[in-house]
Amino acid sequence: MASLDEIQKEKERWEKMVLAKNPVPPATTTSGLDLDVIYTPSDLEDFDYLRDLGFPGEFPFTRGVYPTMYRGNLWSMRQYAGFADAEESNKRFKYLLSQGQTGLSVAFDLPTQMGFDSDHPMVKNEVGRVGVAVDTLKDMEILFEGIPLDKITTSFTINATAAIILAMYLTVAEKQGIPAEKVGGTLQNEILKEYIARGTYIFPPRPSLRLVVDVIDFCKDRVPRMNTINFSGYHVREAGADAIQEAAYCLSSAITYVEEVLKRGIGIDDFAPRIAFHLIVGLDFFEEIAKIRATRRLWAKIAKERFKAKNPRSMMLRLFCGSSAREATLREPLNNIIRATIDMMGIVFAGAQSASILSYDEAYTIPTEESALISLRTQQIIGYETGITKVVDPLGGSYYLENLTNRMEKEIKALIDEIDSEGGMLRCIETGRIQNDLLKKAYKSDKKKQNGEVVVFGVNKFVDEKKRDEEIILTQIDPDLSKRQIHRLQQVRSKRNDRKVREALNVLKEKAKGTENLVPFIQEAVREYATVGEICNTLREVFGEHQESVVL
Amino acid sequence: MAVRVLIAKPGLDGHDKGAKTVAMALKDAGMEVIYTGRRQSIDQIIHTAIQEGVDIIGLSILSGVHLEITGELLERMREKGIESIPVVVGGVIPKKDIPILKGMGVEEVFPIGSTFEEIIQGIEKIVGRKSGDL
Repeated sequence: MASLDEIQKEKERWEKMVLAKNPVPPATTTSGLDLDVIYTPSDLEDFDYLRDLGFPGEFPFTRGVYPTMYRGNLWSMRQYAGFADAEESNKRFKYLLSQGQTGLSVAFDLPTQMGFDSDHPMVKNEVGRVGVAVDTLKDMEILFEGIPLDKITTSFTINATAAIILAMYLTVAEKQGIPAEKVGGTLQNEILKEYIARGTYIFPPRPSLRLVVDVIDFCKDRVPRMNTINFSGYHVREAGADAIQEAAYCLSSAITYVEEVLKRGIGIDDFAPRIAFHLIVGLDFFEEIAKIRATRRLWAKIAKERFKAKNPRSMMLRLFCGSSAREATLREPLNNIIRATIDMMGIVFAGAQSASILSYDEAYTIPTEESALISLRTQQIIGYETGITKVVDPLGGSYYLENLTNRMEKEIKALIDEIDSEGGMLRCIETGRIQNDLLKKAYKSDKKKQNGEVVVFGVNKFVDEKKRDEEIILTQIDPDLSKRQIHRLQQVRSKRNDRKVREALNVLKEKAKGTENLVPFIQEAVREYATVGEICNTLREVFGEHQESVVL
Repeated sequence: MAVRVLIAKPGLDGHDKGAKTVAMALKDAGMEVIYTGRRQSIDQIIHTAIQEGVDIIGLSILSGVHLEITGELLERMREKGIESIPVVVGGVIPKKDIPILKGMGVEEVFPIGSTFEEIIQGIEKIVGRKSGDL
């Protein structure tokens, strides 16, 4: 059998002979890693199968976090949904469940995410626009009416107001007669990326971090089936990061959160089994799959070596994966179905635990029932009709993929080390370094799309002039919605016991000044139908509000 | 003198990649750019525009509320007597809304898909024409 040296020599000979005669332009991955024309065993020089890949369900989890992966259970199909008010969204949820969706994923409107009531003057145009409006417990009762919270798990894209939404969800379960220990789901609860990318912060970073840890701490024993944080690379990627930055910022943030939790005297194995990650798989198929495998391996090492975890479940990178919104186009939007299909196949080859892919119209609006169904069908067709789910990590062992996985790991690790040496993620956000790097990268990649260096069909290549004038259709929000929501809010306010609300808020205010876990006190206020705005205003008085410093 | 541009992100929508990359492109084209940051009320935007003495205001709106917000901004500008500062709007804007925005008094609309070059030239043209009027 040929040795690696011999193969390398042969590869060089082939490159000299064949490529010299048939020259090809150089190529890189989207993140800029150089690519050979072909990969061979000699590109995996120090490859050690048991050390680097091992078996699925075992350290370092490169091939997947569960032993049998999709042969056992498919990923959970969770399309992001929610708009208008609780009644409308409840109908959409029930529809998606009746069509075979296996869990829910709730989108909240911006006022709910940013701690404003629907009648706040700043938000009058935004009620129910990009997600469901929730002002009080009443809205959550309607939102989950007829949905058994012990059977269906729910993922919440909620950050600054995560503790309030958690308290409401648990209270609704209580009213359905379901104890907290039977309630399962995921809270995004990942505030750091809000400052650098997504923008739904309320308080300054440090008190916000406290609330994040309060939620993790509260759920640890009382709501053991709740994933209490979703370390998110998704949003920084959408804001301009490349795949290496996405993974590195995500892991660096994860390190910051874990350190914060450990400071409370909580052991790593007491909470790390309930954390999850949220990353993107975009169109650069192999780089994205390599990125996910590398990140899985890196997290396993960080948990084990840096944080001394003993429980293998603490080392597992459970992954909620999304498709790329940046690569979706407003022109010829039906092409986005094809893009999302490719992303979704990448998500499966990467081994995600749950997925939500972009609907074709989501480059410019929230999806219609029709477009949301196509996304669910895309997932189902890949899951049930293609057969690619039968073998775990089927691309594992590809010379190219393993080489790329190793190189991605090295690059991601180098960036994590750099952030560490600059004082960690929180510090790098405070200094604006991360925001600056993101902006530079976003600007560069936008320019590449505009000058055609990055090809986008229908946009900068083979542009169909007839389609230029095609109208985009925005999902219409009922103009009376805001009035209806405000009316409901006023009704709740008039029926509740104001004295009890004030008492609960006063207690919360006092507790916020100390160090006690705030979730139980938030839940007391929620039970009395205190509004999201009232609870946040109470905390604003103690914590202050974050002022964005703009770096250009 | 360099053109002074205010790029403003009104409302709660946090998607500011577009606003910021356009700001970078305008800077590279030699303009002086002031970016308000996210979550600006109409009054804050007007305050900054007056304080900074800008030649033009660019609004970035992706959440579908461009008609409402732009209408309010223009009304408040008239109240404050600064309606001579031209306003352009970028973001997710359906074609049918472009004439409506222009009817309200918006000088130009740059829907998603507009290139940096188109935006730079558009702004130079508007500011050049305005200063020629004086």
